[in-house]
Amino acid sequence: MSAITHHIPDAMIAAYASGNLPHQFAMVVASHISLCAECRAALGAHQAAGGAVLESTSSVALSANLKTNLMSLLDEPTVPEPVYDAKGIYPGPIMQALKGKPLRWKKLGMGVRQSLLSESESGSTRLLYIPAGQAVPDHTHNGLELTLVLQGSFSDETGRFGVGDVEIGDQDLEHTPVADAGDACICLAATDAPLQFKAFLPRLLQPLFRI
Amino acid sequence: MLHGDTILRLWFKKNGSGGDPAFGSARIYTMITVTEHKPPTRYPVGRPPTKGIHVPSKDETLSDLTIWLLAVRDQRDKVAFGKLFDFLAPRLKGFVMRNGTAAAQAEDVVQDVMLTVWRKASMFDPHKAQASAWIYQIARNRHIDVARKENRPVPDELGEDPGQEPDASQILAVEQEASKLKQALQQLQPDQRAMIEKAYLGDLSHQEISTQTGLPLGTVKSRIRLGLGRLRTELRGLR
Ligand SMILES: [Zn+2]
Repeated sequence: MSAITHHIPDAMIAAYASGNLPHQFAMVVASHISLCAECRAALGAHQAAGGAVLESTSSVALSANLKTNLMSLLDEPTVPEPVYDAKGIYPGPIMQALKGKPLRWKKLGMGVRQSLLSESESGSTRLLYIPAGQAVPDHTHNGLELTLVLQGSFSDETGRFGVGDVEIGDQDLEHTPVADAGDACICLAATDAPLQFKAFLPRLLQPLFRI
Repeated sequence: MLHGDTILRLWFKKNGSGGDPAFGSARIYTMITVTEHKPPTRYPVGRPPTKGIHVPSKDETLSDLTIWLLAVRDQRDKVAFGKLFDFLAPRLKGFVMRNGTAAAQAEDVVQDVMLTVWRKASMFDPHKAQASAWIYQIARNRHIDVARKENRPVPDELGEDPGQEPDASQILAVEQEASKLKQALQQLQPDQRAMIEKAYLGDLSHQEISTQTGLPLGTVKSRIRLGLGRLRTELRGLR
């Protein structure tokens, strides 16, 4: 694996540790950390800081029976939660989102495919498959977009992104990523607003394709 | 809990009178490594057994939280769990109520978090994280899972290297970083401290965190990162 050069900004890792990052971006952060020792260590640092703050935070008195109730639950049998581990190029958080179901790719044209992983009012996550040499349609973002490369690589106006790299786009970034030669490029992309394509797909079709 | 053919066990013994009854303050504990003459088997954490008997020194301290959590992990010790509860549950309740949760509901979250600590204790690895850091992340995850009814994405765990054994110096390095960090937090100006609390216990977004110029996140992080450098190198080696 080539060295990761585009990481998650520190404030975003802190927000992830403290649970304040929207779900779709938390997916990208957790997936990147699965691949990146550097950001895993940074997360460890923020967890340590969170732990230190928790230890020194003020106490609130508990109900008298809370402890007794809890102690009586310790021996209760539990159903183990299903564990979804990384598989192939897909880190654990993506497998967690799929919950054991196979990927379902939808064709977007020009060989580009997508597989929607999660969608809500606050944003969405999807996998994008871009054949080598193919451009992702020119688009702008209403809000924030995080793109994590899982296979192959792409290049755009801002640089080259290989496996494990994250590109962070906001409304100011208008870019045309092109998948590099070699393997098809597969990315995890998260947005907090629908992407606006300027070419390739008429904007009217966007709801239909859920882009 | 016995580990079958485990050849190496850590024993933590209180050395003399700890004196200070305040939780979290450092007391002196002795760490003894016992080696039995059996073939090596996989142990949940650690290093190869080539180091022999570990000679304890006076600087080597483990926090109460770590000792209790290890007792819960290795012996399923309910007395130790009760101590963890006594220290943590009132703080967790305060933590949860900060974010606008009513007292009764907050206790549901506290119960859920503490049960998760009990059930997932086998995942705690003192080489990688301090007890408080591990519990902090569980509290955050459970709170989100319960409040937002969504599963919070979590990174893949790093695979253990088979044949690894506990490495006391690594555990102590992680512990020492934690106590340095606590000291650093105590030395902050009150307004900075309030901001740090808001970032880790409250609801600051990443945009807010990056625009809060008074937030000494970098200081906190560079401090702990020194100690994590070694860990990072090691993590790289696993890939
Ligand atoms: Zn990274």
